[in-house]
Amino acid sequence: MAQTAEQIQRDLLRPVLDPSRRAKPVIAGLALLVLAGFSAWMYQMYTGIGVAGIRRPVFWGFYITNFVFWIGISHAGTLISAILRLSNATWRRPITRCAEVITVFALLIGAMFPLIHLGRPWLAFWLAPYPNQRGLWPNYRSPLLWDFFAINTYLIGSLIFLLLPLIPDCALLRDNVTGWRNKLYSLLSLGWRGTQKQWHRLEAAMHIMAILIIPVAVSVHTIVSWDFAMTPVPMWHSTIFAPYFVAGAIFSGIAALIIAMVFLRSSLHLEEYLRPECFDNLGKLLLVMSLLWFYFLFAERLTTWYGNARPEIAVFWLTQRGPYRHLFWVMVGCNFVLPFPLLAIKKLRTIAGTFLASVAVVIGMWIERYLIIVPSLSHKFLPYAWGTYRPTWVEITITAATFCGMALLYLLFSEVVPVVSIWELKAGLREPVR
Amino acid sequence: MSHCWGMAVDLDRCTGCGACVIACQAENNVPTVGEEAAQKSRTMHWIRIERYYEGEFPNPRVRFRPVLCQQCDNAPCEPVCPTYASYHTSEGLNGQVYNRCIGTRYCANACPYTVRTFNFFNPVWDKPLHLQLNPEVSVRQIGVMEKCTFCIQRIKASEIQAKAENRALREGEPVPACVQSCPPKALVFGDLNDPDSEVSRLARSPRGAKLLSELGTQPKITYLQRDSWDGPNS
Repeated sequence: MAQTAEQIQRDLLRPVLDPSRRAKPVIAGLALLVLAGFSAWMYQMYTGIGVAGIRRPVFWGFYITNFVFWIGISHAGTLISAILRLSNATWRRPITRCAEVITVFALLIGAMFPLIHLGRPWLAFWLAPYPNQRGLWPNYRSPLLWDFFAINTYLIGSLIFLLLPLIPDCALLRDNVTGWRNKLYSLLSLGWRGTQKQWHRLEAAMHIMAILIIPVAVSVHTIVSWDFAMTPVPMWHSTIFAPYFVAGAIFSGIAALIIAMVFLRSSLHLEEYLRPECFDNLGKLLLVMSLLWFYFLFAERLTTWYGNARPEIAVFWLTQRGPYRHLFWVMVGCNFVLPFPLLAIKKLRTIAGTFLASVAVVIGMWIERYLIIVPSLSHKFLPYAWGTYRPTWVEITITAATFCGMALLYLLFSEVVPVVSIWELKAGLREPVR
Repeated sequence: MSHCWGMAVDLDRCTGCGACVIACQAENNVPTVGEEAAQKSRTMHWIRIERYYEGEFPNPRVRFRPVLCQQCDNAPCEPVCPTYASYHTSEGLNGQVYNRCIGTRYCANACPYTVRTFNFFNPVWDKPLHLQLNPEVSVRQIGVMEKCTFCIQRIKASEIQAKAENRALREGEPVPACVQSCPPKALVFGDLNDPDSEVSRLARSPRGAKLLSELGTQPKITYLQRDSWDGPNS
């Protein structure tokens, strides 16, 4: 495993510098699917939000599910990378950047959904506080406004957190390319010359950001959970929601990171960098989060069942024995029953094992978001006003397109900058392997 | 003295005829959505007659309950709106400013009574209903939320008329469309700030109860019924 600095540089710059290796058909295919999703959105904008399946009383459906899901995925990056950086774990070095990129892209995708779901999306800017002819500030008591600020803060923070460690690698690229790409990397490297002072400042800035970003990340999903918990809707109005959502977010985030790493490993031939130990360690983290998730689910379900309040128990049995029972048990299977043995047994905690567990977790966590939103809304207090929800092709197309969009953005990113941090690996050569 | 508009709904009188629903639809330019959308439960009625069935054969019983916006004093719909489209007026009503609404639909989720309706498409009126639109009421656009206003246009008209005649509002003035059209006079509307008004008297009645009072929303509508009702969420 003893790599030299030259080897690292050559291997990791190859995907960026060698255009013949580009997966053009894959990019074209993904772009086409993203375009389909965009067309569906334009169709919805032109025809009206009514082309989605939402109705009375289920006014939120797939779009808000996707919103919560993608904001959850975004917790992969920043939080994991920040914690690993602060705890100075050696095995973090090859994975921090993969993780940080997920955060930025997942946030961009997640933040689109509140716009997509609006009845009048062209007026979305009314959420921003600016002096206007309406003479009106936005309503600071609304959790949606808290969302607006939390997500924007997190987006800016995670962008800085991604771009800071990119500086030395962009400087390296700048010195290896010509033309417009030279200009791009010069811009991104912010005049990096690699002096002692610059290194010192970079380390300090990264340290500050790593500390700052953790409370921001926790607050973001806390606030997303409060979109639900602040309203008197059965099974929403719960104090457990904030930690439950944060745990679920980190859970699905780690799963997304493992999936991304598996694809990067094989497509960019990074077998020597994204080594089995990384997957083993991430698998352990995923196991902890799986147990935590199950604990929260158990606590939520037990207190609801034991409390036996009329409106709540109606929603409880709706998901436990009613029409949502299949989804519920698939969720439990995907989030706990399947990943638990895969991750707990050392022999199974291989790359393939953690990949399988991660795919299950991502599916399970999407279902979890859906099961939090839809059954509660369909069974509020007055039985006469109970209802159902069924997504339409528009919602399904847009949902599918966002997954393709994520893959596309990730792929393009991996061809513009090295997804494994070169300078951090080189720095790792100097320290003993722990 | 400012007003505090409230309503009493006498369930012992309600026959479930639905006249209030039609009157409201006509008065407030509530669109008809058509069969397909109605099946998707996208009807726009600002007031609905809930039907509940109880008892077994040979003694089955139907219960009717007209449900409209409860104009809560502590309304869950108001704080959640990010643009103040849903707000509390000085007369205690839950105002809905259509032009401020961007369609997050958060208020409708927060409302425990599910009385808010949403314009999923631009409104249409089946012919010849388009010829009878009320000029006093604005027509709502696609993507905005709407709900019962207690016929705010009638309240304002009465207040202006009374002011022009330099007198206080009389009992039975203003009167919302649903109240006006109720054949058995099950609906009573008036000023809760006036202790002698009929609605205040009924609100104090031992038959009175608030809908979902356990949620603490403090509705301004009192439901009256003689016998206890062990129906769902009674």
